Amino acid sequence: MKSFEKFTGLVAPLDRPNVDTDAIIPKQFLKSIRRTGFGPYLFDEWRYLDHGEPDMDCSGRPLNPDFVLNQPRYQGAEILLARDNFGCGSSREHAVWALADYGIRVVIAPSFADIFYSNCGKNGLLAITLPSGEIDRLFREVEASEGYRLTVDLESQTLTTPAGEVIPFEIDPALKERLLQGLDDIAITLQHADEIRAYEARRAREAPWLFPARE
Amino acid sequence: MSGRTLYDKLWDDHVVRDNGDGTCLIYIDRHLIHEVTSPQAFEGLRLAGRRPWRVDADLAVSDHNVPTTDRDHIDDPVARTQLETLDANCREWNITQFGIHDPRQGIVHVVGPEQGACLPGMTIVCGDSHTSTNGALGALAFGIGTSEVEHVLATQCLVLHKARNMRIRVEGETGPGVTAKDIVLHIIGRIGTAGGTGHAIEFAGSAIRALSMEGRMTVCNMAIEAGARAGMVAVDQTTIDYVRGRPYAPRGELWEQAVEAWSDLHSDEDAVFDRDVVIDAGEIRPVVTWGTSPEMVVPVNGRVPDPARESDPVRRIGMERALEYMDLEPDMPVTEIRIDKVFIGSCTNSRIEDLRAAAEVVRGRKLAPGVKQALVVPGSGLVKRQAEEEGLDRIFTEAGFEWREPGCSMCLGMNPDRLAPGERCASTSNRNFEGRQGPGGRTHLVSPAMAAAAAIAGHFVDVREFLD
Ligand code: SF4
Repeated sequence: MKSFEKFTGLVAPLDRPNVDTDAIIPKQFLKSIRRTGFGPYLFDEWRYLDHGEPDMDCSGRPLNPDFVLNQPRYQGAEILLARDNFGCGSSREHAVWALADYGIRVVIAPSFADIFYSNCGKNGLLAITLPSGEIDRLFREVEASEGYRLTVDLESQTLTTPAGEVIPFEIDPALKERLLQGLDDIAITLQHADEIRAYEARRAREAPWLFPARE
Repeated sequence: MSGRTLYDKLWDDHVVRDNGDGTCLIYIDRHLIHEVTSPQAFEGLRLAGRRPWRVDADLAVSDHNVPTTDRDHIDDPVARTQLETLDANCREWNITQFGIHDPRQGIVHVVGPEQGACLPGMTIVCGDSHTSTNGALGALAFGIGTSEVEHVLATQCLVLHKARNMRIRVEGETGPGVTAKDIVLHIIGRIGTAGGTGHAIEFAGSAIRALSMEGRMTVCNMAIEAGARAGMVAVDQTTIDYVRGRPYAPRGELWEQAVEAWSDLHSDEDAVFDRDVVIDAGEIRPVVTWGTSPEMVVPVNGRVPDPARESDPVRRIGMERALEYMDLEPDMPVTEIRIDKVFIGSCTNSRIEDLRAAAEVVRGRKLAPGVKQALVVPGSGLVKRQAEEEGLDRIFTEAGFEWREPGCSMCLGMNPDRLAPGERCASTSNRNFEGRQGPGGRTHLVSPAMAAAAAIAGHFVDVREFLD
């Protein structure tokens, strides 16, 4: 996992509550054996006018002009502004893989579904919770000014608007550390590699039949 | 200090470190891998530039998607890709795999114990919830998700919260025709599908001790349907006798040493359980599930329940919905439920003892005319071979059953074996959820003997009538 560094990115507003994981990545794409390549199918049913299937070439598919991410002014967005209960529904990690593969690095919403939130953390995606009033205001500002960009600084836990206004946000200290250092769960466990080896050595003496290859 | 439970002992033996936040890093002795839940884990490993920690702890076998007929032509491209991906990953990392033409291939939870690759005292995981099956050996065995599969591949460990201790004692003697499957369905009917949530269940009591290893595996297999991630049974002579001489089991001096250590794999007399349930074995009858949850269980000589008599409104609605989906009338006798198909197989009931029990009922009889298809799918190539040596295949085929190659098959209908909408099946598998065996299909969970009896009668029937 890459460490999360301060950046300034274009914001796209997705103005509906309860966006579920099936909307983020429809179930037919779960048949894939990969965890990359889901970006073109992100929000597939909303984004395209036809029905998407795995491995389809999306370059020629008819786009839904009404869907926000299809508007020219939001191309290249790295920050998604969303509403309540974002990421509800099934536990599929594919939803986070799809957002990340599309290029989204931060999602800002008043609330997130639990499993989705924890899947974000596992994959280096920063999910920021802000009070509804703050979110309302951001929606208004983003829609009012084309090219609206926010600066996200995880270290100081702040967002900075184009006007220079600083908005603080809360985050679990352990998760913050993990994101800043770019540590996924596996990297954290591997910090204890010596202890794992020591355990194996002790166990191989106590219960040698569990380590037949070492004989 | 009070004594420790079997689960406590297994847990303590595998703590690499206490993380101090309520979780421990737990070492995994055996990692079983199949084709559906592993591809993204291997890809994640590659993307992060990591390698497997200890490949001699891994054992891979394809089961969910494999055809149970012709293995050389797999039509479904998704299935084919998953099978090929597992082959390629195992080749790349030098992981032992039983390929689809290997006689040892079969359902992962059948193969592990059969090979002695799963042993008493081990921690055993697999990206599949029915890994609990292996707990029958006196092991800590449970299913994990794909991220955890990757975690185990990369570190041989998992970060876990310890579960609470639950014991279910089945005391006394079971009556005629009552099998391990009836015991576990009865238990789930009693405690509910959430009854074991947050707990590791130890199955104990004289009726459990009296079971063969195959029977204990059937019981532990369905711990997950009782809400628990892990189920287990203490080690005794039956366990030791089962493990002895299996290909991956220790030999010679190591064997002696292992058996000595395994003798401690039981709960101490004074161990305290967070929950203790006692069940009278004498109460248990051959059972059938009538609804769309494994807890919807009735004795075969009983009647389909009437939601009108249920006082809890939430449960009542659940029952009404289940009856509608299953197309059953309240109060109808279970023996009047006619079936279209029969499935004998799955990691719950596809071991040799299961096939023998079914064959005993079938011997010299014929499939009822109304039954469209009856499948027997052995749990592994070795089970299949043994059954053929005993002539069981002929008993089945002469009666009109189809004798197939090993795999998950109609348990979940990922391969072409599945129910058509509206079809009703007597199945020895473990889940009767809506659409589990095919969209619109209706599943009744039963023991192998009961499935066989239903195949002969064309409707559910008390297997005790066949056993005189
Ligand atoms: S037989 Fe059924 S329950 Fe068992 S592993 Fe296969 S699909 Fe899962």
